[in-house]
Amino acid sequence: MNTLESMTKQDGHPIEPLLRMDRIPHIWCPGCGIGTTLNAFVAAVNKLDVDRDKLCVVSGIGCTGRVAGYIKLDSFHVLHGRAIPFATGIKLSHPELNVVVFSGDGDLVSIGGNHFLHAARRNINLTVILVNNFIYAMTGGQVAPTTPVTAYTTTSPFGNFEPPSNIPQLAEAAGAVYVARWTALHIRRLTKSIVEAFRKPGFAVVEVVSPCSMYYSRLNRMGEGIDMMKFYHKNSVIKHGEPTENLDIKFQKQIIVGKFVDRERPAILGSSGGPDAEAEP
Amino acid sequence: MSGSEACAEGALSAGCGFLAAYPLVPALEILKRFAARFHDFGAVYIQMEDEIAALAAVLGAAWTGRKAMTVTSGPGFSLMMEHVGLGVMLETPCVIVDVQRWGPSEGIPNKPGQGDMMQARWGSHGDYEIIALAPNSPQEMFDLTVKAFNLSEEYRTPVMIMTDESVAHMKEKMTIPPTADIKLKRRKYYQGPKNKYLPFNWGKDFVPEMVDVGQGYKFHVTGLTHNQKGYPVINAETQELNVHSILNKIRLHSDRIAEFDEKDTQDADVVVVSYGITSRDAAKAVEKAKAQGKRVGTFRLITVWPFPEKRIAELAKTAKAFVVPEMNYGQIFYEIERCARGKADTHFVFHERSRDNGVARILEAIDRAFKESRAS
Repeated sequence: MNTLESMTKQDGHPIEPLLRMDRIPHIWCPGCGIGTTLNAFVAAVNKLDVDRDKLCVVSGIGCTGRVAGYIKLDSFHVLHGRAIPFATGIKLSHPELNVVVFSGDGDLVSIGGNHFLHAARRNINLTVILVNNFIYAMTGGQVAPTTPVTAYTTTSPFGNFEPPSNIPQLAEAAGAVYVARWTALHIRRLTKSIVEAFRKPGFAVVEVVSPCSMYYSRLNRMGEGIDMMKFYHKNSVIKHGEPTENLDIKFQKQIIVGKFVDRERPAILGSSGGPDAEAEP
Repeated sequence: MSGSEACAEGALSAGCGFLAAYPLVPALEILKRFAARFHDFGAVYIQMEDEIAALAAVLGAAWTGRKAMTVTSGPGFSLMMEHVGLGVMLETPCVIVDVQRWGPSEGIPNKPGQGDMMQARWGSHGDYEIIALAPNSPQEMFDLTVKAFNLSEEYRTPVMIMTDESVAHMKEKMTIPPTADIKLKRRKYYQGPKNKYLPFNWGKDFVPEMVDVGQGYKFHVTGLTHNQKGYPVINAETQELNVHSILNKIRLHSDRIAEFDEKDTQDADVVVVSYGITSRDAAKAVEKAKAQGKRVGTFRLITVWPFPEKRIAELAKTAKAFVVPEMNYGQIFYEIERCARGKADTHFVFHERSRDNGVARILEAIDRAFKESRAS
C-alpha cells in the first residue's frame, strides 16, 4: 500500500465524498488542468453548504465533458455541444435544482455556441464552468475556435490562421450576468469565483484557462503540463473589471484574468419555471 | 377542433408538463394551442433557439419526472435526429410530433407529405428501435397523443407521432373523453435503497426502472455505451448488452405495441395498406372497387413502427396483392414488399392528394393489381 492509498483508506481524501471513486483512476493526462478545476469545483461545493441531492451536473463531450462521469451527483453526460439546452430543460422543469454545466471550449462555444448565446440571453440560472485548453484534446489536438493565432495544432501544422473567440466578451455581449476567468493554477481565486457564480442568480460563466499537457504543450513546445500551468499562471495578470473587449488571448502572451462582469439583468420569468419566479416584467 | 389543437389537448390530457419547440410550418398551431393553455396545467412551455435545443431540453425535462414533448416538421425533424439517438440511449420517455410536409430540404412547407417515415425509423445513427404512430383524424390526433405518452412512459423511449399537414390542419368534430376515462401510464419508478440504484438495470422486459433528478440517487447517465450502472464501458460485451437491451425492449413487445385497423381482409384478393391522411382516400377507393364487385380489403397502420411484420406476412398468404399508396415515392411500400416475401404482389401508388386525384389513382392501382397480378 503506497502513501496515497493508505491516506485514502484511513482518512479518506477530503474530496472523495463528491467523487465516484469506483471510476478512479480518471482518463485525464498528467499535468492536465481539468483535475484541478474539478478540485476547485468540489471545494466550492463544500463551501457552499448546498443540498447535494438538489445539485446536478451536465457535461457535453470532450475531455472536460468527462467531469459528469466522475462527480458523485446526479450527472448527465450528453451530446457534443448540447449540455446547455439539456440543462435548460432540467432547470425550467425543476427550478429548485441547482444546475451546473461543466464542459470545454469546443463543446460550449463552437458546436454549442448558439445554445451558449441563447442561454445567456434568457439569463437562465445556470452555472457554467468552461475549461478552455485552446484545442480539441479528446480527439487528438485539432484546431479550436479558441486556438490563439499562430499556435500549432494537428490540423494547423503551419500555425492557426483564424482569430479565436474571446469567451468573456461573447458571454457578456450575449447577456451573462457573471463572467470571470482564471487559470487552472489560481485554485483559491477560481474556487471563490465558482462560489460567486453559483450564488449569482442568472447565467454565470467561469472560464478556466487550462493546460493541455498532451497536445497543445507538445505541439507548441511548452514543456510538461506543470510547466505550462506555471507559464499561464506567471503570465497572467489580475485585472478585475477589465472591459471584456480587451480579453483576447494571444499566443504565449499575457492572459488577463479576474472577474469582469457582475451585474443584474432581467431573467427568464417565473411563468416558464425560470429562476425569477416572483419577478414581474 | 383541428388536428393540431387536438394534439395539444391530447398532450395536456396525458399530463404533458413540458413542451419545448422551435416554430416551423406546418406545426405551429400545436404550439399556439399549447402556449395558450399550459399555465392552466402547471406545465412549462419554452421556445428554444433551434430544434436541436428543443429536443435536448425535452430530454432534460423528462429526467425531472415531467412528461415532455416537442413538435416540428421535416427540417426540424432532421435537426432532432442526434437527440433521438440520445433519447434512445438514455432510455428517456418523450414524445416527438412530426407534422410532415413536402421535402426534401425546405420543400413545400404547407403541403402534406409522408416522406419522413423512414427517417423516423432510421434517422439517428446506430442500431435502435423506435415507436411511431400515424393518426388520420383530429380525434386520433388526440387519442394517439395520449397513447404516445403512455407508450413512452411504459417503454422508457422516445415515441413519434408521424402526422402531416392535412391531418394537422383539418377540422372535424371530435370528443374529448372525461378525464376519468383517459387511462394514463407512468414510468416504472425505482423503490429500493438509494445507493443500489442502477439506471439501466435491464430486467426480463428490458425496461429499466427510472428515478428523477434531484431525489438523491446521485446517478450517472451517458450517451456512450454503458453498463447497468450508467457508466461508460468501452468493449464489445457492453456494446452488445446495451444495444440488445434497447432493441429487445421494443422487439419483444412489438405485438403489444403494434396497432392496426383491418377491414374485409379475410377473403380479399387485394389489400390496400395505408396510414395517416392517405388512409381516408384509400377507404374511398376501396369502396368504389367493391362496388365494382372486387374483393378488396383495407389495412390501416396506426402504429407504423414497430412494423406489424407478422400480420402482413400472414395476409401475404391469403391475399394476392398489396396496393400501397403513400405521399412519398415509396417508403412503407418497401416494408410491405419485405414482409410479403414474394408471396403476394406489391403495387406502389403515389398518393397525389394536392391535385385532388388521390382516390382515382388508388382506384387505378387497385385495377392494375387485379389485372397484372395473380389476382386476375
